[in-house]
Amino acid sequence: MNIYLQLFFTFLKIGAFTFGGGWAMISIIEKEIVEKHGWLEREEFLDLLAVAQAVPGILAVNISVVVGDKLKGARGSMAAAIGTILPSFLIILAIAIFLTPDTIKNNPVISSIFKGIRPAVVALIIAPVLTSAKSAGITWRTVWIPFVVAVLIYSGLPVISNPIIFIIIGGVIGYVFHAYRQVSN
Amino acid sequence: MMVYLHLIWSYLKIGLFGFGGGYAMLSLIENEIVKHSNGLPAWGISEQTFTDIVAISQMTPGPIGINSATYIGYVIPGNVGYDSVLLCLLGSLACTIAVVVPPFLLVSYTSHFIRRHKDSGVVKGIMSGLRPVVVGLIASAALLLMNGDNFGTETLDIITSTLLCVVSFLAVKFTKVHPIAVIVGAGFVGFIVYYIFNV
Repeated sequence: MNIYLQLFFTFLKIGAFTFGGGWAMISIIEKEIVEKHGWLEREEFLDLLAVAQAVPGILAVNISVVVGDKLKGARGSMAAAIGTILPSFLIILAIAIFLTPDTIKNNPVISSIFKGIRPAVVALIIAPVLTSAKSAGITWRTVWIPFVVAVLIYSGLPVISNPIIFIIIGGVIGYVFHAYRQVSN
Repeated sequence: MMVYLHLIWSYLKIGLFGFGGGYAMLSLIENEIVKHSNGLPAWGISEQTFTDIVAISQMTPGPIGINSATYIGYVIPGNVGYDSVLLCLLGSLACTIAVVVPPFLLVSYTSHFIRRHKDSGVVKGIMSGLRPVVVGLIASAALLLMNGDNFGTETLDIITSTLLCVVSFLAVKFTKVHPIAVIVGAGFVGFIVYYIFNV
């Protein structure tokens, strides 16, 4: 089979069978790319993973793009990315056609099920707040940063409730601190 | 026609600033799509629908970023009056492509630069500035979704919902129960409480 098709089908499989997005996918991608196909050394893979994480966007897609690009340039990254995206696209499309917001609202059985699900989904979003705070090394001295960011976004005020603003500010401050540290060294 | 351009522009922004994974991206999607729905061009994506999309995303394979783009892109053209399935499909495709284009180009063009500077500290510096912000983004998404749309407005609803939320949180945080099992369980409780007992 030609390498583009192999890339496509490998990432198609990864896209179709991994639940929960990026982090869950990494170990499976590593297994496929490094162990099974031997396309990359583990070192190289970790190197590319660092790139995929430094770039915005959807981690799983980013990984497929860097791996495809490394192996076969632009066409390789295209084949891998389409493979990753296609399964979720088709599955969600089918769901969107049959399970419309109106159906969820008006069908008594489905609406009762979703009424139970919604508070659980909120819980699923609260959990990563704590995990990410831990991995970001948030302490009592720095906890005000995520607190202020969350409250301002929540406030709904014009301009300052836009999360993009905080991403830009965070990136710039991170860069300035780094530059300052280099100068003072 | 305008709705497609709006959607594409929104998802380009979501793709371009989506640092920190799917949960952090929720706050961007919320800001671009749900808030926009309350404004003049009524896109009709409520907090409730948004939460449902997150639930569906959790239970199907694939990243939340793609799943939400596909679903929202399909629903919104229908909401603003495009009746044909084909036009909805077009929106779905447009959003899904728009959200991956910025990272695709960035990865292709900056890969060499990032690999060269990976250890120099520039990239690490920027990332360390982003990390606390990402925590705030996820927290804001959680805060925004704790509302009457999702927890109900009557006392009994609010009590049931709060209980479900707390138990689900404890389950994912302190046991090894899979998130999908938590969602299925909560859905089952919802069915019993709201359909069978008709609370």
